[in-house]
Order: sequence, then structure tokens, then C-alpha cells
Amino acid sequence: MSEKVLPELSLDALKSGDRDEFARLVDAYSGPIYRLAMKMLGDGQDAEDVLQNTFLNAFKHIRSFEGRSTLATWLYRIAANEALMMIRKQRPETTLTDTSLEDDEGEDYSPVQFVDWCCLPEDELLSSEARSRLDRAIQRLPERLRIVFILRDLEGLSIEETSQALDLSQTAVKTRLLRARLNLREQLSSYYGERLQNRSKAK
Amino acid sequence: MTKSAECKSLLESLSDYVDGTLSEELCEEIQRHVDKCQDCRIVVDTLQKTVYLYHATASEPADVPPNVRERLFRSLNLEDYLCN
Repeated sequence: MSEKVLPELSLDALKSGDRDEFARLVDAYSGPIYRLAMKMLGDGQDAEDVLQNTFLNAFKHIRSFEGRSTLATWLYRIAANEALMMIRKQRPETTLTDTSLEDDEGEDYSPVQFVDWCCLPEDELLSSEARSRLDRAIQRLPERLRIVFILRDLEGLSIEETSQALDLSQTAVKTRLLRARLNLREQLSSYYGERLQNRSKAK
Repeated sequence: MTKSAECKSLLESLSDYVDGTLSEELCEEIQRHVDKCQDCRIVVDTLQKTVYLYHATASEPADVPPNVRERLFRSLNLEDYLCN
């Protein structure tokens, strides 16, 4: 979703080990990859480790890149795997159920909050306090929803690119995206609902 | 369809609705439903706003702090490119 214009990169040069081209690749994509890692992990040191491992792996495996996805999607795929691996390492007791494909059924994600906070002014919706609540809300998503939301809604990948990056079917991506968005809506409704109440008390 | 079954079925199309990728026919169905269901109207509006707010924060440039960039380039043996 970054406004930054990405440079044209030569895949041939990258595959032949051209350092100039690799440095350009790193500068072009380190911002989005670092952001993904920060939103996924919520910790600067962990995000930096994921950033470094992503490009180390990209460097190591660029020759086997077959171009079935874009270079960007391929990098996001490496970064997403690195971030998920780090989460699993930090919580070894977590079983695969938290990240596996098969557990999209059976959860109740029906809305429970019906406060209309849309009328709050933009500067309040995007105040620095609100922004940190937005970030915290992402952190509270189960990681299998979090990674889909980050790739699709923050990094702006299409449903197809997200499915390629995560090796998921497009149906699974859509299901997880909807659940992530509904979960975030609930969390934001608690926060902004309170702000709304405070405003009406102050009047 | 009962009201709650209608609400539940609307929920499943909401992401496509928010992304503008839902068929015209289903969009109209949602419009008709939210005109008479206050709770669903709030869910649709606040979900749209939720996605809008995240898109707004993500449209800002994603920068890497200079010290993080420096360590990244060193870890990749690209330190000679650091002055760029």
C-alpha cells in the first residue's frame, strides 16, 4: 500500500548475483517487509530478525525463483513464513491448529457490538492513541487471520497474490479476511464506542 | 428467510461488498436488508470504516529506521551500498 514507486528490477541480474541489483531490491522492499514483520510480531527486534532472514533467504534462493508469482509476492511469501516460524518458536506449545488450513469452520464470528461510531471526526479516528489501538487490535488477531489481513489490507496484495504468498486457496483467504475484518470491527467498536460515550458526556 | 438467517447470509458477502467486488444484484439485496435492519446497517457502516482506517494508515510510506537498514545491509554483506 506504500506510495513509493518501485523500481524496475532485472531478474536476470538478480539471478546472476549482481550486487547492485540486489541492493536495489533490498532498498525497494525492505520498508514493506519490515512493516509486515512489525505488524505481525509487534516487536522491533523480532521484526528486524525477520527482515534480515527474508533477504538472506531471498539471496540464497533467487536462482530457483520461477516467476510463478511476482517478485514482490515471492518476498512476502518468504517474510510471512519467517514471521510465522518465529511465532511458533516463541510459543512451542502452539499446535498447528492455530495456523492450519482446516480450522476456518465452527467459529462464531457474528457481530455483537452495534454502536455506530462512524460519525466520530477523522482526527479522532486517526489520533495517535487511536493508531496504537488499531495496531494493538491487529496483534490480538489469531495469526492465521492476522497474516491474511496484513497482506491484503495493509500491503494491498490481491486475493490471488495473498493466496499465492500463503499457499492457501482463494476461498480460505476470503474467509479469513472476512473474519479478521469482523474481529477488528468488534475491537474498534469497543474503543470508539467508549470515545463516543465520552463525547456525549462532555456535551 | 427469517430475519436472523438473512443477517447471517448478508455477513458472508460483506468483504466483497466492502471491496466493491460484489455483483450488483447482491449489492441491492444488501441495501434492501440494511434499509430495514438497523443492526446490520451499523455493522456494514462500521466494517467499511474499519477497513478504510487501516487502508489510511497503510497508505503512509513504510520506512525502515536508519540503524535497522544499516544492520540489514551489513548482514547481507552490502555495506558498501550504505551511503546511497
